[in-house]
Amino acid sequence: MVVQCSAGCGCNAVLKRPKTNDALCKTCFYWAFETEVHHTIMSTKMFQSGQVVAIGASGGKDSTVLAYILKHLNEKYNYGLKLVLLSIDEGITGYRDDSLESVKRNQEEYNLPLTVLSYKDLYGWTMDDIVKQVGRKNNCTFCGVFRRQALERGAILLNCDVIATGHNADDVAETILMNLLRGDIARLQRCTSHITSSEGSLPRAKPFKYAYEKEIVLYAYFKKLDYFATECVYAPDAYRGHARALVKDLEALRSTSIIDIIHAGEQLAIKDGVKLPKQGVCSACGFVSSNVICKACVLLEGLNRGRPKLAIGKSNKALAEILADRLANTASLSSVQDQF
Amino acid sequence: MEVSLNFSGGAELLFGKIKQHTISLPAEETWSMKKLLNWIKDNLLKERPELFLQGDMVRPGILVLVNNADWELVGQLDYLLQNKDEIVFISTLHGG
Ligand code: SF4
Ligand SMILES: [Zn+2]
Ligand SMILES: [Zn+2]
Ligand SMILES: [Zn+2]
Repeated sequence: MVVQCSAGCGCNAVLKRPKTNDALCKTCFYWAFETEVHHTIMSTKMFQSGQVVAIGASGGKDSTVLAYILKHLNEKYNYGLKLVLLSIDEGITGYRDDSLESVKRNQEEYNLPLTVLSYKDLYGWTMDDIVKQVGRKNNCTFCGVFRRQALERGAILLNCDVIATGHNADDVAETILMNLLRGDIARLQRCTSHITSSEGSLPRAKPFKYAYEKEIVLYAYFKKLDYFATECVYAPDAYRGHARALVKDLEALRSTSIIDIIHAGEQLAIKDGVKLPKQGVCSACGFVSSNVICKACVLLEGLNRGRPKLAIGKSNKALAEILADRLANTASLSSVQDQF
Repeated sequence: MEVSLNFSGGAELLFGKIKQHTISLPAEETWSMKKLLNWIKDNLLKERPELFLQGDMVRPGILVLVNNADWELVGQLDYLLQNKDEIVFISTLHGG
């Protein structure tokens, strides 16, 4: 039993598109997938000609396909962008060292400049060291907070105008559900936007916001793109794992669920008068933060004091106060108390 | 009947990190994908079966290709295997 491509080109179909249920052949699939990403980029005015774009490259499927597609679209449609790869080395033996090898192969193959920044250089700690201190329960908190800021720091270092990440439709749907379940209204609003920018930080773009994971993986498979797939050696975020399983179960029941969740998330509006945390800058490091002292600085202070648990428990308030105090920033002390 | 199985995208981690397997199945029986999945569970799967199967189905998030085409085009669990078929399992659940 062979199914014909529903575009009527006469070829055999190779996949059923989850978003539309169309059966497409390879050529028509490439065209549809690339054109949709191009459309996301154009209709949201994601980039401007002349910009330098840092592609957050992990060596995994999403960022590998993102680098490939952005390079392709940039040439095909003359976006006029300068693309660079930016990798963060968390210092996880047996995981990141292997995936960085795959980023290096991408660098050669796609001929894009690559910069690798390590947690060790930026914070003085590798994830391996951090896990020795904090154990295997809260490691992802440290890792996630540090990575976010590390990408930002790297992109500034490289004089980039915008950071592009490989977050796909499945990731966005998962994040919407997580923020909904946690009642995190501020994040719920932010996580659906195609590009997030706040005062003092570089904008972050998600060209794959509407691209299904299934299509990204099949695109890489049919095009034989080289990516690295393994689990982090440290237990991954359990909460995210549950949200992920829920999204995947919903997709199996009805594949349009993912895009429906995103559309629903985009329509959520916050009632006037609801108090949202204000985005400001961290008074210790100067990076964007909704608190006077950012989470990365509080976590780092905890590590450097040999009291990492202080930074993640309820006492992070105390830690932030000490820090603010040391900065002689007494004026903002009251707002520190407000915010924790 | 000879069938080629390939596991990638992290799915190979459940099969002793071996990606490519060629198996022979008794040709006098008919082999649906459903039956094959059970066979894989009993004969190849090395660890944590719940990460590969959910009930009779492959776990959502693992893509299956039959002779280089999405198995959703050929009936998924009901597809009947032919000699020399190539079945590919790609996990989408590992790393981003
Ligand atoms: S699973 Fe946790 S520790 Fe491992 S890379 Fe992801 S965030 Fe970091
Ligand atoms: Zn065709
Ligand atoms: Zn076609
Ligand atoms: Zn800070």
